[in-house]
Amino acid sequence: MMSTEEKARIQVSFKEKMDYNELMNCTRCGFCLPSCPTYIESGKKEINSPRGRIALMKGVVDGLIEPDEDVKRSIDLCLGCRACEPVCPSGVKFGHLLEQARDAIYQTNNQSLPEKAMRSIFFNNLFPYHNRMIGAVGLLGFYQRSGLQKITRSVGIMNLFPETMRTMEKVLPEVPKKKEMKQRQRHFAPLRERKKNVAFFSGCLMDTVFMSTNDSTTKLLQYAGCEIVVPKTQGCCGALHGHSGEQNRAREMAKRNIEAFEAAEVDYIITNAGGCGAFLVDYGHLLKDDPEWSERAQAFSNKIKDITSILVELEFDKLPLRLDDQIVTYQDSCHLKNGQKTFIEPRKLLQSIEGVTFVEMHDAGRCCGSAGIYNIVESEMSMQILDYKMEQTKKTDAKTIVTTNPGCLLQMKLGIEREGLADQMDAVHIVDLLVEAYENAEKSER
Amino acid sequence: MISEAIKSQFEQFVGKDNVEDNQASLLAYSYDATPGFQAMPHCIVSPRNAHEVAAVVKLCNEHKIPIVPRGSGTNLSAGTTPLQGGVVLLFKHMDGIIEIDEENLTMTVQPGVITSHIIAAAEEKGLFYPPDPGSMHISTIGGNISENAGGLRGLKYGVTRDYVMGLEIVLPNGEIIHTGGKLAKDVAGYDLTRLFVGAEGTLGVVTAATLKLIPKPETKKTMLALFDDLETSAEAVSAIIANRIIPATLEFLDQQTVRVVEDFAQIGLPKDVGAVLLIEQDGPPEVVERDLAKIEEICRLTNAVDVQVAKTEAEADALTSARRTALSALSRVKPTTILEDATVPRSKIAEMVREIEVIAKKYQLTICTFGHAGDGNLHPTCLTDARNEEEMALVEKAFEEIFHKAIELGGTITGEHGVGAMKLPYLHLKIGEAGVEVLQGIKKAIDPNHIMNPGKIFSESERNRVVI
Ligand SMILES: Cc1cc2nc3c(=O)[nH]c(=O)nc-3n(C[C@H](O)[C@H](O)[C@H](O)COP(=O)(O)OP(=O)(O)OC[C@H]3O[C@@H](n4cnc5c(N)ncnc54)[C@H](O)[C@@H]3O)c2cc1C
Ligand code: SF4
Ligand code: SF4
Repeated sequence: MMSTEEKARIQVSFKEKMDYNELMNCTRCGFCLPSCPTYIESGKKEINSPRGRIALMKGVVDGLIEPDEDVKRSIDLCLGCRACEPVCPSGVKFGHLLEQARDAIYQTNNQSLPEKAMRSIFFNNLFPYHNRMIGAVGLLGFYQRSGLQKITRSVGIMNLFPETMRTMEKVLPEVPKKKEMKQRQRHFAPLRERKKNVAFFSGCLMDTVFMSTNDSTTKLLQYAGCEIVVPKTQGCCGALHGHSGEQNRAREMAKRNIEAFEAAEVDYIITNAGGCGAFLVDYGHLLKDDPEWSERAQAFSNKIKDITSILVELEFDKLPLRLDDQIVTYQDSCHLKNGQKTFIEPRKLLQSIEGVTFVEMHDAGRCCGSAGIYNIVESEMSMQILDYKMEQTKKTDAKTIVTTNPGCLLQMKLGIEREGLADQMDAVHIVDLLVEAYENAEKSER
Repeated sequence: MISEAIKSQFEQFVGKDNVEDNQASLLAYSYDATPGFQAMPHCIVSPRNAHEVAAVVKLCNEHKIPIVPRGSGTNLSAGTTPLQGGVVLLFKHMDGIIEIDEENLTMTVQPGVITSHIIAAAEEKGLFYPPDPGSMHISTIGGNISENAGGLRGLKYGVTRDYVMGLEIVLPNGEIIHTGGKLAKDVAGYDLTRLFVGAEGTLGVVTAATLKLIPKPETKKTMLALFDDLETSAEAVSAIIANRIIPATLEFLDQQTVRVVEDFAQIGLPKDVGAVLLIEQDGPPEVVERDLAKIEEICRLTNAVDVQVAKTEAEADALTSARRTALSALSRVKPTTILEDATVPRSKIAEMVREIEVIAKKYQLTICTFGHAGDGNLHPTCLTDARNEEEMALVEKAFEEIFHKAIELGGTITGEHGVGAMKLPYLHLKIGEAGVEVLQGIKKAIDPNHIMNPGKIFSESERNRVVI
């Protein structure tokens, strides 16, 4: 329970932090309701809808209600998927409102201990530091390779953890060795006529746990005719912090990245994680009130481009691409679709692969329930959303589920594992599939 | 207001999970899509069937607790704002299609079904449910029936009322009655079905409805006609009708509306013209072709700058769905959009549109006009800011003049959004004091304790309105 003083503190903080004009922009038309996964899955509870959440935020600012546990619950339960944005005719920027509200709650609120510990370990002590990330992931690698994984599994230590985390542990990819993570190549020459100069935003999770996917990304860029630099001083994008009420921390990380990329004079900054990309595109907004940084941030944001988008621009889809005959379906990354408006490109690329029968799944644009660490802290709702997603996936008869974001990738793998479909279905990141298709075609041509 | 004892009785009726009274939930049902109205209820109850509804209503009647039935809260007349607190009744569990009867061409539904689901379910069987309000993807049939909602296809096919054949109603005393049925003809007593359509939740609770379906038209085609100014487009509308053509849709948007809709939907609407008509005809292919050709000719004769026919179904859908977003898209321009639905006979559209422009100038307000021009139902929409009290006072004056003008031209103060609390002060303009008394008499006969959605349509007691 929250104390009266705490509520009062949060209320003041709401008044300071919420953009009242943006709150006023909501006409309460309700157009966003059918697109909101938490509204649907909670059995049409207005309090779990975008319109309801905006009303609660405004109600707190107006002093009509106190920011009590129920208000916090509603804000916590939001996936931050931003499916409510493209459908909103009034153009309400819900993502921003959510960040402000979380900032107001979490800068003042005493979170429950486990949640706080989890956030603190991941957000403050791990993600921002590439070295620690390597260390931690290295530990995971040791755990996987040493046989310890087998032992813990058989002894059943993992049973002490919540179900979601247990299954998650099973689906984590085999991570690279520590040495490999440290010796990353920083420059790549194009493998055909040079068309663009780009920088690659390698990400914290992507450059460690998903290192091979990053390697596929640079390969694809090379095949498509890009000269690539990977600035060394870049770090975590700060999205997880920004989305969970740690705006100041996110701003610091943004500044570091802006500096890291300013030196490289490039046409685009390429990302391969929808979640990071959408946050990077928003640096301009994040730093808009900082006179020293606002312009630089906007310049940075303007250069952000998802890998699928540049591949289509450079006509990669016209090159020979081939895979074994299979049905493929695509799960949109919420932030790639709703934040970066990129949803045609991935489909176009997949459809251009010979041997692939692309089947669109129903509600492909609906969140898979991964949403940062949502699947761990809100696992009940997350699993409910995932169950719906798996139902739709199964209907496509797909062998391969393609994603464009590491969180979605893990979540879909989790879904497959939970359904016991691991022997007939797999989830992959689009770049890994494309590299395979390209190299396959190349081989058979020779 | 609602004691623990009563609350626990509610819980016994509908289950503990379906009774909520924490302040966050109460706030979430304190508003609808009407700007400027908000009031807190005391309790939210979500019954699962008509008998549970009856039990709740009966108890409220005994204790004189107000009840506000609520669909999706998209109404634009403050119809679901709980001005006097009390219970908000939700139909989220009662959202099933009970039956589609292909022999009698009817569909029986629960009140919480979303309008577009009804349309889709009918189309799956090759049938057609025409009423398609702009809000059809969110609004419920219970709300449509209670507001007698119209839609884009209203000109040719009529409004919700024309498709309601029978109702199951829980009366304020807790009795359940059935009106009408799957009958083309029925004159047994007063037409209660029609009385409850458009009753805005003030007479009872709709717990089921039997709807009329018609065969699905074979084809449809959509076109846009562009005009230099508003008046010429309004003249074209009158000319089309005078030429004995009834298009399925005949919507009209003025320049500013076109601009903001295009900004939102980005489907290539021309932003530089004075007014746009969106015209749709459906039916057998020969008829559609013939009518469209004729309409095109009429538009050109009335000086249309250009006429464009949508080439594919996707193109046509993009046009109509863009029109549906007109209202909310307008709200991008200014924080508050106040929309009215003054309606005049078709032949008076040009005159009414001209008057609206004059009134807007007089009060120096931005009023955009769009609407269902074919049936004379205009949506003059004022773009303003609720925080600017001075301007809000002018807005009120301007709309009062618009209502007076509409009445003068033989029109009405509201064509489809209902009176609610918002247009309550103007009802007498349309139906006169004697007319208001008739309504009050009916209300008293059916709901003597004034528990059903009090403070709507006409006043009976003091208000409890919070204006933000
Ligand atoms: C963007 C937008 C576009 C719109 N376009 C149109 C349009 O083209 N045409 C049109 O006519 N309207 C339109 N509307 C208004 C609104 O959508 C309609 O009035 C709709 O019918 C309301 O449905 P609802 O489910 O939201 O009902 P609510 O708003 O929840 O309720 C409306 C009324 O019905 C009563 N009610 C609801 N359910 C029951 C029940 N089961 N028993 C008894 N009473 C009940 C309520 O008490 C209230 O008085 C639009 C609104 C918006 C926001
Ligand atoms: S669609 Fe936009 S304006 Fe409408 S209720 Fe949702 S957030 Fe508000
Ligand atoms: S961000 Fe997603 S979960 Fe949150 S309100 Fe919007 S649609 Fe719902």
